[in-house]
Amino acid sequence: MEIGLDDVDDLCTGAAFLGAGGGGDPHIGGLMVKEQLRAGRRIEILDPDHLGEDSLIIPTAMMGAPTVLLEKIPSGEEPIEALRRVEEALGRKADATMPTEVGGINSTIPLYVGARLGIPVVDADGQGRAFPELQMETFAINGVPGTPMGIADEKGDSACLTTDDHHRMEWVARGITIRFGGTAYFANYPMSGAQVKRASVKHTLTLARAIGGIIRNARGRGGNPFEELERFIATTSYGVARRIYSGKIVDLDRQTKEGFTLGTVTIDPDTGFGPPCRIKFQNENLVAWAGDEPLAVVPDIIAILDAETAVPITNETLRFGQRVVVMAVGVPEIMRSPAALRQFGPAAFGLEEEYTPLSG
Amino acid sequence: MKIGVDVGGTNTDAVVMGAEGVIGWHKTPTTRDVTSGIVAAISSAIADGGLDRRRIDCVMIGTTQFTNAVIERRSLLQVGVVRLCLPAASAIPPLTDWPADLAAAVGPNVSLVGGGHEFDGRKIAPLDEAAVARAAREMRAKGLRTAAVTSVFSPMDGSMERRAAEIIREEVPDIAISLSSELGQFGLLPRENSTIINASLSDLAMHVVAAFRRALHELGLDVPVFISQNDGTLMRAKDVERYPVLTFASGPTNSMRGAVHLAGITDAMVVDIGGTTSDIGMLRRGFPRQSTHFVDVGGVKTNFRMPDVLAVGLGGGSIVRDGGRRVGPDSVGYELTQRGLCFGGDTLTATDIAVAGGWAEMGDSALVSGVPRATIDQARETMRALIDKNLERMKTEARDLPLLIVGGGSVLVDWSVKSASEVLRPAYSFVANAVGAAIAQVSGEIERVVAIDEQNRERVIGAAKEEARSNAVRAGATKASVEIIEVEQVPISYLPGNPSRLRVKAVGDLPI
Repeated sequence: MEIGLDDVDDLCTGAAFLGAGGGGDPHIGGLMVKEQLRAGRRIEILDPDHLGEDSLIIPTAMMGAPTVLLEKIPSGEEPIEALRRVEEALGRKADATMPTEVGGINSTIPLYVGARLGIPVVDADGQGRAFPELQMETFAINGVPGTPMGIADEKGDSACLTTDDHHRMEWVARGITIRFGGTAYFANYPMSGAQVKRASVKHTLTLARAIGGIIRNARGRGGNPFEELERFIATTSYGVARRIYSGKIVDLDRQTKEGFTLGTVTIDPDTGFGPPCRIKFQNENLVAWAGDEPLAVVPDIIAILDAETAVPITNETLRFGQRVVVMAVGVPEIMRSPAALRQFGPAAFGLEEEYTPLSG
Repeated sequence: MKIGVDVGGTNTDAVVMGAEGVIGWHKTPTTRDVTSGIVAAISSAIADGGLDRRRIDCVMIGTTQFTNAVIERRSLLQVGVVRLCLPAASAIPPLTDWPADLAAAVGPNVSLVGGGHEFDGRKIAPLDEAAVARAAREMRAKGLRTAAVTSVFSPMDGSMERRAAEIIREEVPDIAISLSSELGQFGLLPRENSTIINASLSDLAMHVVAAFRRALHELGLDVPVFISQNDGTLMRAKDVERYPVLTFASGPTNSMRGAVHLAGITDAMVVDIGGTTSDIGMLRRGFPRQSTHFVDVGGVKTNFRMPDVLAVGLGGGSIVRDGGRRVGPDSVGYELTQRGLCFGGDTLTATDIAVAGGWAEMGDSALVSGVPRATIDQARETMRALIDKNLERMKTEARDLPLLIVGGGSVLVDWSVKSASEVLRPAYSFVANAVGAAIAQVSGEIERVVAIDEQNRERVIGAAKEEARSNAVRAGATKASVEIIEVEQVPISYLPGNPSRLRVKAVGDLPI
């Protein structure tokens, strides 16, 4: 299967949906991919179930501040160089690349790398959504070493990082990102085909494209995109999607602390009755309450959508007065194991809520 | 006394405004040369007010000439596009994702050169002066007359753009140069797009401003001319020659501000009902609420400051179907006076419903006597629901605000509106746009990335406010009238040191 020019906008919309409010706006990555496709390059998408057991897959991605990315667009060489550093360390060429994170801009970086290098992109990722840190990966939970990790900037500066601890990989790489000027491009978690099959969240790129298509089409023909999203997601490994609240944003408290955007958004009900909804976020939305009652909690996806069009609104573009629908989405089984919940469940974010998977 | 003029695609309106309000007004068709329409409108408005033209202090003009030029792809120049960014930012070259016809109009003259800044003020690379000079010589060889220069993080540090402009001017002395840092706001691609569009309008800007000046000269008015920009504040005519792009969307802004002024309030919802659409906007402290999203102009994502206006497909010419269950979004438009039933035509329009229902007087009411009562009631319900629903969408406060109804189609609405505390139809609302131009203020704005913590917060924001105030005074405001209307602090994710994007805006009145 190939990704064509007409697929890119849908994929970006779907990636923003799966980004759970974070992940960075995919628009810039989408333009990079379109530019490659217009130049005649092609992007082949591989089903993870069809990977050769011994093939080498090196995921690629961007990390840092979305606001810096908005101004300092990459040269395009950075993720290529990062991947080369990993290839050098392993003494072997990558047979394919893939996303570490399907939510937000990182759905598009591997597509760009695949187009540039003429290697296929695996239809899977390590988060099934967006998370803020490098150790929050199903790859890590399933025992895949994070390094060697290549990290590069637009100046040709690069580093190859080796550590046996996923948290220290995040810590050191974050420091390098700041010295690089707030954004960096990386390749990590090199895997065999067998490891990808075991450790990834599967078919998430095509899922993002399908979600984007539903939102665009429903808008075009006056359908109800929310109902269509719920019906569609019920047929996927995510199992369930449900509108948990609708109303108007009445308060927005956003701060930068410890290198993250932390905050709470408060939504008053459309009906005029009942308690307001509060959603707490650390880049991504973590938990939604109605009054004191939790409606959904991480790792389930909490997406804030435009009330008319169902277009996802990323947290940096939330504003006072927007009319929104909050939709919660379950996550695939691989993201709900005890080990997975230790890595990116409520406790990993310092929340006291118990994780109760979203019900239909 | 001030004169406000609105040069629209169809009509040129003029009003004479004194301390007591509108003194005289006139509406006349816009002319091809622009000048004679303005002369006709102003001289008739002055005559209407029975005034001595020596009492006129200044003229404020709002115009859609530049927006229309981009939408219609006419009068655009080829642009020498220079981006100061290497080794960064080459993955998405300038003009990526532009509509092909607009990209062709500005031409394929693009150079990426070394330069640009990091978010913290360090340089990505020193400015590659030789490469800028090479690009300039190419512009000269191609006979280009305008250039657009954009540097990474230039809203924070515009020095490289200014140096590049010097170098280009040494090579091509007469070239017009647009700098992105003077068009403000973060976001390299939309800011660059705005800068390129601005550059492509530089010839038209000279012509239009010259036409304005000629009109004043013909009228014997030796007074300053200001032109309204999209946020409801004014620019000097000489600034419009350099930054025509800043006039985009001044039309809805002026009609909204004119409406609140005529009604004597500062916080309201406004519905401007035209022939085909209604523009719904919100006014806070006398200014339209601004859109936070990228605004698409002629198919290009830009970073213009634009009022957050919702266009709804309901106007005086909207076609009524299904026994009134459907009204619009298609419209007979400017053909209303030929095709509308009450004008002897064959199409049932929203205006015909208002006339048949007896709450508007237009055309010949006998011609709509055959419209069934049920259709009238149903269409009225449909229109009411459409307006209610979209007002609700635009509302950002729980409390009900007054609703101002203006524009040629304002006769359609005779009912009380659910989400409004009251419905107001101020006098002279049919020239609200020119009134908005006449009362516009001047502004000063700053936007930059700063490191803010609890200790320095007050000092950093205080310094920014002071700078915005002096920018407003530099733009012509009287010092005593200047006030800060906006302080916005947006944190930047992922980075330590609490960097934030800080935007402060001050506005003030022009001296009378």
